[in-house]
Amino acid sequence: MATLSPSSFTKNFNSSIDFPITSFQTFAIFGPKLKTEQTHFRLSTSFKTGSPLELKAMKEPPGLTQKLDKNRLDRLAESENGCDLFEDLKHRFLRFKKHKFEENLGHFQNLAEGQAPKFMIIACADSRVCPSVILGFQPGEAFMVRNVANLVPPFESGPSETNAALEFAVNSLKVENILVIGHSRCGGIRALMSMQDEVDSSSFIRSWVIVGKNARLNTKSAASHLGFDQQCRHCEKESVDHSLLNLLTYPWIEQKVAKGELSVHGGYYDFVDCTFEKWTLDYKGSNFGKNSRLPVKNRFYWC
Amino acid sequence: MGSLEEAVEGLKKFLSDKDDVAVAQIEKLITGLKKTDLNECDPVKRILEGFQHFKINKFDKYPELYKKLAEGQWPKFLVFACSDSRVCPSHILDFQPGEAFMVRNIANMVPAFDKLKYSGVGAAIEYAVSVLEVQNILVIGHSRCGGIKRLMTHPEDNSTPFDFIDEWVKIGLPAKVKVQAEFGDLPLEDQCKHCEKESVKLSLCNLETYPYVQMGLANKKLRLMGGYYDFVHGKFELLEFEPHFHHLFST
Repeated sequence: MATLSPSSFTKNFNSSIDFPITSFQTFAIFGPKLKTEQTHFRLSTSFKTGSPLELKAMKEPPGLTQKLDKNRLDRLAESENGCDLFEDLKHRFLRFKKHKFEENLGHFQNLAEGQAPKFMIIACADSRVCPSVILGFQPGEAFMVRNVANLVPPFESGPSETNAALEFAVNSLKVENILVIGHSRCGGIRALMSMQDEVDSSSFIRSWVIVGKNARLNTKSAASHLGFDQQCRHCEKESVDHSLLNLLTYPWIEQKVAKGELSVHGGYYDFVDCTFEKWTLDYKGSNFGKNSRLPVKNRFYWC
Repeated sequence: MGSLEEAVEGLKKFLSDKDDVAVAQIEKLITGLKKTDLNECDPVKRILEGFQHFKINKFDKYPELYKKLAEGQWPKFLVFACSDSRVCPSHILDFQPGEAFMVRNIANMVPAFDKLKYSGVGAAIEYAVSVLEVQNILVIGHSRCGGIKRLMTHPEDNSTPFDFIDEWVKIGLPAKVKVQAEFGDLPLEDQCKHCEKESVKLSLCNLETYPYVQMGLANKKLRLMGGYYDFVHGKFELLEFEPHFHHLFST
């Protein structure tokens, strides 16, 4: 396999200075926002293998996730050197390629032709709650949106990255399940609960988490007797319910739920105790009002 | 009868006339095929099995690590990756809990700074850079991206517009223009591949329009990188993005 030594890395760096005109022309296409800067792109590492690929029998899911290697974690955490970082990323990919990709080549070849996930997941961007890790979703299983505080804005709020993904997952991929997962000690929910009533227009975080304002209102009225941490916990779950309600403001989602083609679920991952709760929206058409309490069924608690 | 049923029936025919070793192998294959039949997915069972596996093999095995993570997160990375089910960075780059604050959206796009239109992305960048103080931002594009294909084909194909998808992938228009100018004579599939990579570069440029990113770059506390995962050939490319003003200051 090709490895990039530090000396060739330096060589690439120096050679980039010799071609300022090329990089300026490349940059100009992207618009006038940055007037004087130019940009350079360096190919630091290209991961290729010349070794032949073998077909092997498919492994059974979900046991494909590797064991946590604390040494590897520490090495990445402590590395301040760019070369170490690139080398580490390269080795991580090569491990994935060897232990997953090549050992399940037929499966990955099928996936390369198209994806047919059964789930769409909306989860928080928090580094501790990746659904591929905590729920073992394997490549091809779950179309995933991750944003701050796993919020779903309502239809009337207009285009956003979250509803673009919803549109694709529901109308193109035709997923059968949408699962919104909240979690413990969510910084975004904490920011929502901490907000003063006057909107601070200088903060992106505040402009975004305000999507959860109804969850905050409900929490303040239902849980005001609790301490702040407990109120945040209450809001983390309340916000998931409100996101499920917001999902139904999309006509093409409500239609599919009404027909039984799409199920909408809420989830809550508590990483303090390692527990997972899951509940399903119980949609009954005419009994369902958008301002009413969320009717649920099949509530599970796993610990 | 679906193709799985046919495959299982076909394999069963071999069971009677082979030796014990072959029979065991064939039975194992049949079991494996049945378990991976996505048409038989029970969503609740699937989630429960996945969570139990995580709890037993990770959480309970490393209690000190997870206790520390419960108190806070100190990820070194902010990652932007596509929502595509095939490209989760936790798989392809083996990110463990606590390592990467991760945003996933259609076509892994980072729009330029706009508080009204793109507060979601802005909130993630603000939180990761200003609050969590990540040291690296990595934008990962990938092969056969549906969002990039939509960008490259619409509205020229006269297809019905989507309510939200088209508005979102429009962020990548400068990349589309560049690719059509340079590679307009190539087949669509090749143009899309070029655009998948060009869009990553565009997103890296757009990151620079966020004030906290500018500050991080100027103070040399932040590194921007672009990645490209090719799941057709099993390859990964990594690029480092260096704004030219770094060179200006150093000379």
